[in-house]
Amino acid sequence: MQRNTIIAMVIVAIVIVAISLIALQFARPVGGELKIAGSTTVLPITQECARLYMEKVCPCTRISVSGGGSGTGIQLVGDGLIDIGAASRDLKPSELDQWPDLQPVAIGKDSVAIIVHPSNPIDDLTLEQIAQIFAGDITNWSNVGGEDAPINLITREEGSGTRGIFEEKVMESFGKEIAGEALVKTSNGEVRAIVATDDNSMAYLSLGYVDGTLKAISIGGIEATIENVLSEDYPIIRTLWLITKGTPNTLAQSFIDFVLSDEGQQVVEELGYTKVE
Amino acid sequence: MNEQRKERIVKAFLWVTGLTSVFILLSIIVYIYVNGVGIISLEFLTSYPYRFEYGGIFPQIVGSLLLVAICLLFATPIGIGSGIYLAEYASDNILTKTIRFFVETLAGIPSIIIGLFGLAFFVHYLFGFSLLSGGLALGFMILPWTVRVSEEAIRAVPNSYREASLTLGATKWQTMWNVVLRSATPSIITGILLGLGKAIGETAIILLTAGSGLEAFLPISIFDAVGSLPVYIFMLATQGHTSAAFDRAFGASLVLVTMFLIINLGALLLRNYLVRRQR
Amino acid sequence: MLFSATSSILIVFFIIAFMLSEGWSAINLDFIFGLIWHPKTNEFGILPIIVSTVIVGVGAVFIALVIGIPCAIFLAEFAPNWVRNIIKPSVEMLVGVPSIVLGFFGLMLIVPFIRDNLGGRGECILAGWIILSIMTLPHVISISEDAIRAVPNSYREASLTLGATKWQTVRNITLPNAKSGILASLILGMGNAVGETMAVYMVIGNPNIPWIPTSILDSVRVLTSTIVMEYGYVAWGSQHQHALFAIGVVLFVLVAIINLMARYAIKRGMIER
Repeated sequence: MQRNTIIAMVIVAIVIVAISLIALQFARPVGGELKIAGSTTVLPITQECARLYMEKVCPCTRISVSGGGSGTGIQLVGDGLIDIGAASRDLKPSELDQWPDLQPVAIGKDSVAIIVHPSNPIDDLTLEQIAQIFAGDITNWSNVGGEDAPINLITREEGSGTRGIFEEKVMESFGKEIAGEALVKTSNGEVRAIVATDDNSMAYLSLGYVDGTLKAISIGGIEATIENVLSEDYPIIRTLWLITKGTPNTLAQSFIDFVLSDEGQQVVEELGYTKVE
Repeated sequence: MNEQRKERIVKAFLWVTGLTSVFILLSIIVYIYVNGVGIISLEFLTSYPYRFEYGGIFPQIVGSLLLVAICLLFATPIGIGSGIYLAEYASDNILTKTIRFFVETLAGIPSIIIGLFGLAFFVHYLFGFSLLSGGLALGFMILPWTVRVSEEAIRAVPNSYREASLTLGATKWQTMWNVVLRSATPSIITGILLGLGKAIGETAIILLTAGSGLEAFLPISIFDAVGSLPVYIFMLATQGHTSAAFDRAFGASLVLVTMFLIINLGALLLRNYLVRRQR
Repeated sequence: MLFSATSSILIVFFIIAFMLSEGWSAINLDFIFGLIWHPKTNEFGILPIIVSTVIVGVGAVFIALVIGIPCAIFLAEFAPNWVRNIIKPSVEMLVGVPSIVLGFFGLMLIVPFIRDNLGGRGECILAGWIILSIMTLPHVISISEDAIRAVPNSYREASLTLGATKWQTVRNITLPNAKSGILASLILGMGNAVGETMAVYMVIGNPNIPWIPTSILDSVRVLTSTIVMEYGYVAWGSQHQHALFAIGVVLFVLVAIINLMARYAIKRGMIER
């Protein structure tokens, strides 16, 4: 009996060790590690570029990419916990005060689209109507020409760059705050997932995330398209940043160069963003 | 007559509620299996994810296993050590009472607090988002579990065993190692397996300490960020909006639930075996 | 041995000291009784969050009670042996089923169901109740069943000999004797429900500025979900960060109180016996 239990223990131990070893066999040799986190707007770009980079430029690197929001990315890179922070808004003065040696590099441009469920009959709203809706002054779709149904607002968390731009370009021009009833989602993906399923919902979303599962409405007759963003007819435009602390190390520099290369910029365009000039 | 009728009604009611609650519980498992089984293939289990919602879940599976391995490496020795101390060496003094009180307290700390602590302490001050941070924080979570089961298991060893060994001239340490621990081992393993079941499905702690769950590579050192099944499911479930994402979330859930059930089944069988042996 | 034994003390001490040192400065009356949580304007009042947490926890345990206790009675007293031998282990297998899977289940089925059939946002207290009651159900069933079976058989036999029916025996003899064990299972279940994070976070909505809920279809924030939502972007050293750790302290105290109540219930049960 005792012998059996010891054998069982040994087997469990061996299995764990074996799994670890097998795992390590599959792993590629060390060539440096890069940790990137931050804006979920930039996330698809960094993810795809990381994959291409590991595939084509330097197969021996391991690049870990995660979201968290612009605030998180700046926070983490400032504290030295990651190598590159991603942000979809400009650095705030307070952040530059705290970490004066942050170095942003522009990698693309994006806009913020106002989105509703595809079945929603509304196609166009003025900037002021949008601000009133998000402030909770207008709470029913019938007040802006839609069906008689409550407007279900969705917003991003306060650290979000998308929220920062939206507040700056839309809410603050009318001196309004986002309503307390709006549900907070912590990534562009979550916002899109909810709006795609809830008929009465309304939200703002990075233009790069807009696809056929939801409808981007035009603002004062101007559609949220890349052309209108570039000509600055569409009222919301912003720059996407990769941020390093001080001068980036070789690997980080090489990755940023890759994102800025023709191949990287092609990814930026394919994903629905605008490349940098 | 009236009482008998009441009896029958109550009995029928209890049958219905009893079967309903079991049905509810099992239906979730069935739901996951029915929706997830379509995507399970060798390729899904052994390839790397890409573009968020495509590819397989190999790094996540390995990451989860590595995290619980680190967690066990930390919690098992300390748990068994504490168990031996509490059961064998310490008399009922203030120290043991304090230890027990603190073990109970640790067991009651919600996992998010351990996660927050891990984020502040392990991640910010020591190791960054890494396998080690995640494993240690998980270890904190199941430590009270391992302490408790070890103590109970060692206490359950009949005193006659110890006396017999001591009479034969063995030292206290030899008795401990050769007799007591050996006969307590199966129950300790049972307890640790149950703790393992808790650890493998824990999400909040890993989300705050180990990495984003999207890592498309395997960790090479314990200081690497590591993907894991629960966090990957969380990402897909909340952020996915295409059928590709949901398919993968179901597939990953299926793998996670299967791991959990295998671990718990192992514990259950081991315990049944022990009960039978005692008779 | 002594070293490993004391390490538990160290760890707990460390965690508590750390949480307190980070969170203490934010704890005051305005924090506990404030009605507005709005980090942007440095308003940190968590009363609506505490109230929601308690509502979600109590409601979930109530549902678990309504479904789980009859199930426990059924298993312990009425089920034929072969049924019990199948159901009891399968319920026990489900204790601690990964909560992320339950959250996913809730997000896929329960939230859309509530939104389409009952109105509101779907992500609401009711969804939280359902998910958490499913999570606590196996605990409640398994522990209550043990408590009921622990009532000595002689009690039952005495009652049955006196001509009572089985249900009368259960109601008048067995249940009162198992009361404290059942109560303990419910309180422990509530401790679990209050401390649960991911599954709840996924289904209760988390409004921008939480309010004290007036309907079970309201979206709410609980203590755990607030931490998960905001830990990422909080600036270290800011008032906001201290407030988040203070939420951790409040959560810890709340769960500790619940666990103490459970321990008291168990102890009282032992004395009565």
